[in-house]
Amino acid sequence: MSTLQVSIYRYNPETDSAPYMQEFQVDTHGRDLMVLDVLHLMKEQDSGLAFRRSCREGVCGSDGMNMNGKNGLGCITPLSEVVKGNKLVLRPLPGLPVIRDLVVDMGLFYKQYERIQPYLLNSDPEPAIERLQSPEDRDKLDGLYECILCACCSTACPSFWWNPEKFVGPAGLLQSYRFLADSRDTATAERLAALEDPFSVFRCRGIMNCVAVCPKGLNPTRAIGKIREMLLADAT
Amino acid sequence: MVTNITSFGRSGLSDWLIQRASAIVLALYTFFIVAYLLLNPNLDYMTWHGLFAQTWMRIFSLLAFVSLAAHAWIGLWTVTTDYLKGTAIRVGVQTFIILAIFVFLVWGIQVLWGA
Amino acid sequence: MSNLRSLSFDAIIIGGGGAGMRAALELAKSGKKTAVLSKVFPTRSHTVSAQGGITCAIASSDPDDDWRWHMYDTVKGGDYIADQDAAEYMCSEGPKAVFELEHMGLPFSRFDNGRIYQRPFGGQSKNFGEGGQAARTCAAADRTGHALLHTLYQNNLKNNTTFLNEWYAVDLVKNANGDVVGCIAMDIETGEVVHVKSKATVLATGGAGRIYASTTNALINTGDGIGMALRAGFPMQDMEMWQFHPTGIYGAGTLVTEGCRGEGGYLINKDGERFMERYAPNAKDLAGRDVVARSMVMEILEGRGCGEHGDHVFLKLDHLGDDVLGKRLPGIVELSKTFAHVDPASEPIPVVPTCHYMMGGIPTNVHGQAIMQDGDGKDRIVNGLFACGEAACVSVHGANRLGGNSLLDLVVFGRAAGMFIEGALNEGVDYLDASESDIATAMKRMSRWNESGDGESVPALKRELQAIMQNSFGVFREEENMQKGVRQLEELRARIGNAYLPDKSNAFNTARVEALELDNLMEVAEATAIAALDRKESRGAHSRYDYPDRDDVNWLKHSLYFPLEKRVGKRDVNFAPKTVDTFEPKIRTY
Repeated sequence: MSTLQVSIYRYNPETDSAPYMQEFQVDTHGRDLMVLDVLHLMKEQDSGLAFRRSCREGVCGSDGMNMNGKNGLGCITPLSEVVKGNKLVLRPLPGLPVIRDLVVDMGLFYKQYERIQPYLLNSDPEPAIERLQSPEDRDKLDGLYECILCACCSTACPSFWWNPEKFVGPAGLLQSYRFLADSRDTATAERLAALEDPFSVFRCRGIMNCVAVCPKGLNPTRAIGKIREMLLADAT
Repeated sequence: MVTNITSFGRSGLSDWLIQRASAIVLALYTFFIVAYLLLNPNLDYMTWHGLFAQTWMRIFSLLAFVSLAAHAWIGLWTVTTDYLKGTAIRVGVQTFIILAIFVFLVWGIQVLWGA
Repeated sequence: MSNLRSLSFDAIIIGGGGAGMRAALELAKSGKKTAVLSKVFPTRSHTVSAQGGITCAIASSDPDDDWRWHMYDTVKGGDYIADQDAAEYMCSEGPKAVFELEHMGLPFSRFDNGRIYQRPFGGQSKNFGEGGQAARTCAAADRTGHALLHTLYQNNLKNNTTFLNEWYAVDLVKNANGDVVGCIAMDIETGEVVHVKSKATVLATGGAGRIYASTTNALINTGDGIGMALRAGFPMQDMEMWQFHPTGIYGAGTLVTEGCRGEGGYLINKDGERFMERYAPNAKDLAGRDVVARSMVMEILEGRGCGEHGDHVFLKLDHLGDDVLGKRLPGIVELSKTFAHVDPASEPIPVVPTCHYMMGGIPTNVHGQAIMQDGDGKDRIVNGLFACGEAACVSVHGANRLGGNSLLDLVVFGRAAGMFIEGALNEGVDYLDASESDIATAMKRMSRWNESGDGESVPALKRELQAIMQNSFGVFREEENMQKGVRQLEELRARIGNAYLPDKSNAFNTARVEALELDNLMEVAEATAIAALDRKESRGAHSRYDYPDRDDVNWLKHSLYFPLEKRVGKRDVNFAPKTVDTFEPKIRTY
């Protein structure tokens, strides 16, 4: 069958009093398209359909969405991976306010990212050339710096759903550890001090939805564990 | 930094550590009691009483009770802060929980040392 | 028009990619009232897709490396129409800019001695082409653009830069004297249209690869800054110069970094032959991108292409081993599996030359000031208008950009523009305010779409435009076909002028943004087409069947496209670097 049945979350604040699901028939010509390609075909049927997209190759993090119940990036998710019984259900990332259709307000997500001071802090004077770092120390940043801020992880995390103002969330904590693990960063103590409350880190209950959905294959739960270890080592 | 005055240790780290330490105590206690019951299939009141008459058993039990109280408070506090978004109802439920835990703890100590 | 809300800034930077954010960082530190206005959240900008690295003589892989060698490569790579004062500035200031990035936290890969890892890239040499292949491209695995863009965003957060995220700049506002005094912009989330007043307007809007049907560029690369500047009547330089990257994944168009060949990969035809040995006996697969792309097309045209239709070649990486693939090229392994269904550890990747980079753009000096020509053909600064990054043509890339030079261009000239604007603002800038009618002029296009009642659809017209460009202005060009393309574009322009925007809603209306982008694609396509038809020689990325040779007598010049008359003029190339001897044009071989 080359006609795909797509059911998509629609909401336009100017015309709709409540969100609803709309059905689309999309002719895929039997090709294993990416979900983003399908959205573009749908937008040709209805130009009012709103979704974000940019790089279309999984590095910019624009098109995080919920596809048949699982968060991921539309541009690198082939239909063969998500479609079951010729049916595709598309919804915005859960837990964030919807602006229109698949476009969510990422404000809370970015706020938590900003809270962890996502930049290198080094109080030593800058050398004339680069700061040296051994390959072994640099290796510690692998699996951390690659985050694309797509929000797939944080919006799949029940702890973030319940406490988005207080729990940093998997994405922010992964970045927090990216700087804690950087041999060039000298602000370890103040970074840790800002995290020891009962919510920021400790609201993680190890559900590991973040690991299951990360389109870049990163592991925020492991990073959170490492932060806990550092806090423990620091305080005992 | 996020602050919170109703959490057990006022710090996520101490709560987290206590949660895990108390879990170990409770696991050991449970394991001990289950093993004791299995090894004494024809358990009578005198033997049972004798066990609890020993100081080490009373200390072990007290440790388990205190662990249970701390563990319950931290766990339930977390649940209330997750799901109860209205301040009045959350504080109300938290007060009830802490009173209940207090009552059970005092009662438990009384049972243990009272007779 | 007086009902438009207005915002006032000392400087407004349009575009949140590498160049825009580097300029913003400089201005944020200076305490000037500045904002970055970006149609996407900044880390979604196309800089994020850059893979291989940032080329710069930091003397890490080779302690004797010299920025003059890098400059020589850049000038030669650009087929001698790069401005030598600009190339000199970029290559000599480069190390400072790269060390700054490292100090900001960019997670560069490292050598054992702890210094920044550098890999070989195409067109790199030691000792002015005499000392063999150099390794000069500083890399963070194969995700250097991502690492760079995030680092810049993070440091802008640290310095409290104001961001207008998901705002779309519609058109420039000029005052009665022709100075640029701001722009009209739309908050995409609410649809509100605002008049942004500014003493300095920086166009850092990136490239426009989406004028082609097959491109490595992000969907957002629609040449918005170029379109705005052309509509405001400003000339564009070297717009015929479009780089086709040798290794776009066949079918999908996604980029496979030149770093793959830098790490030892090579191209093969259907016979398994490493064909670049024939075309570039010395540099082989690391010749200039234009040379490699042309060689690939020759192989395909001569029947040695791979696949069922013989329309691509293969990039072989399986001999590199898991260590190199895993450590140095992890992103490529991921992309190949996703888009080519190929694991490069065991199979070659199908690749084809794909539109990648716009060497041309808004002509500027090294301070980012936009340049136009007066009646006598002399350079004149455009007051209030600046450009940096891919949107600008400084020109450091000439007729063909070297791999890794784009990221260096972004940070060096973003930084330079920021520093210059800070100085200019300190000295005091005072331009005439825009009048009601000036603002109305800038609002015209927006109003046209909002009032459209019936007509053709935006996506269909966009596809047509892309097909015309792909068919008539690709790797190889020829008079008759280009003339046909120009005629088709002329006709298409009229149709786009009557196209229809069905959805007029305000909240996050992406259809409106795409309609406005289509106008910009049209402007860029036409400038490209007319400039390409005019340049009657082959130089760098511009290869013509009918004029196969470089013609230094007539064409050792920049082309300058004037949008109002749709005329192409010429502008002198700078051959006067300040501290080194001029690199005289030579036959370009690799």
